[in-house]
Amino acid sequence: MSYFSDIYNGVKTLLTGMSVTGKYFLHSRKGAITQQYPDNRATLQMFERFRGEVVMPHDENNEHRCTGCQKCELACPNGSIEIIWDRQIDPETGKKKKMIDQHIYHLGMCTMCSLCIEACPTDAIKWAQNFENSVYDRTYLTRVLNKPGSKLMPGVED
Amino acid sequence: MDTTVINNFKSEEYQINMGPQHPATHGVLRLLLTIDGEIIKRVEPDLGYIHRSIEKMCERDSYQQIVHLTDRMDYLSSHINNEAVCLTVENALQLEIPERVKVIRTIIAELTRIASHTLWWGVMGMDVGALTTYFYGFRDRELINDIFEETCGARLTMNYNIPGGLMFDIHPNFVKRTKEFIDHFKTKLPEYDLLLSNNIIFRKRMEGIGILSKDDAISFGASGPVGRASGYSCDVRKHHSYSAYDRVTFNEILKTEGDTYARYQVRILEMWESLSIIEQLIDNIPEGEFFTKTNTVIKLPEGEYYQKVETARGELGVYIVSTGTKNPYRMKFRSPGFSNLSLLNHIAVGGKIGDLVATMATLDLVIPDIDR
Repeated sequence: MSYFSDIYNGVKTLLTGMSVTGKYFLHSRKGAITQQYPDNRATLQMFERFRGEVVMPHDENNEHRCTGCQKCELACPNGSIEIIWDRQIDPETGKKKKMIDQHIYHLGMCTMCSLCIEACPTDAIKWAQNFENSVYDRTYLTRVLNKPGSKLMPGVED
Repeated sequence: MDTTVINNFKSEEYQINMGPQHPATHGVLRLLLTIDGEIIKRVEPDLGYIHRSIEKMCERDSYQQIVHLTDRMDYLSSHINNEAVCLTVENALQLEIPERVKVIRTIIAELTRIASHTLWWGVMGMDVGALTTYFYGFRDRELINDIFEETCGARLTMNYNIPGGLMFDIHPNFVKRTKEFIDHFKTKLPEYDLLLSNNIIFRKRMEGIGILSKDDAISFGASGPVGRASGYSCDVRKHHSYSAYDRVTFNEILKTEGDTYARYQVRILEMWESLSIIEQLIDNIPEGEFFTKTNTVIKLPEGEYYQKVETARGELGVYIVSTGTKNPYRMKFRSPGFSNLSLLNHIAVGGKIGDLVATMATLDLVIPDIDR
């Protein structure tokens, strides 16, 4: 007798479950959370805090805010940031001052822990929301963040 | 002549590999099975396929840098791992942590627990043959990931905690989004029961296999939902309260059956408890600072420090030996997955291979947590 009641219960609970799936089958557009990714590229907006890659913003005079204090290099847990710096003569004061030559960022090693951006005293680097980082050669993942010929913004001290 | 024929057909034990690339092991876990026909005689886990020497790397790093490594242990409860390290360092420094930080940490930890359990529910359903659960579990987890992405900046490896507090304040939309999620998830959780928990076929599949008694749970060091399904009261949030768990009321879910279905039920009921914890806290997040200022170079006083927290999988212990320098002398993680895996041989022997998959699914193993 329990053999038949088992079959009955099996079919009954199966139909209960199918009522849930059937509901979504009929209302598939409602509550859909999937994004049509490559098609919605034009409108896709990432959250403002999203960690895509580290960038160094430059203003219209090709000036950045990095003083070369190397705090980001020290804070980085896996050596993704390398700063090549030099002492150059500051045109304003005429004294020798530490200035960056190249701010090198290895995106391939970065774990997006955000410690460098927390450590930066002058807000010279920040997160960009770009996430399409695939390249054909991994050497492209090593980037120089300061643009060629860029200077330190006047008045930025660490 | 006859006897040799009988001897040729005599059954004998043989060994097969399950994994390291088996879909049901959820990662690179290799199980060496000694089987007789389909009956399991012995299960021997073989670890080390994704060992990254996190404990050794911690000895190289400063205390701020250690936090982001713990994201990579149990990646489904990454926030709780971060919290464990931060609490240990804060206790060692005897820092006074703002109330706001404690409440925010608790809310995000409970959201992490729900996210982990929904993923487990989906994947476990798929392991026993119910493919739809996989999509439903991931659908609800997606909303939590959006909350994390907006506030912490990342979806999985968040690194939102720093020793002393939080990296930045919560996003203005955090409270609104969390409330929306609670309302949404309260309508979805009953569907989980309709779809899977009450299904007779599923229950017949799950009940009575992989039984773990209370005594064995204690002696194997089982923790989390695995221990609680056997009647072992082991909730760290209840017994050794930390963060803001002392100001909320919640039940510790205990079952006495100790089989796979009991472990399943414990996790489903825990999601309801997590929802109620978030509901109690979300409306009264205290105002104030979101961090306590620490030195840039943190040096712990000489000594040994231990702190345990309840992750989605069980008890995570963090043990630091400091000699007064800026790096720990020795760092040790007591991970829940390792002890939960150790009892697999005990509960799977005598069962079928199909039952082993169901048993392993309810142990909720995360392999990077076991290997570290």
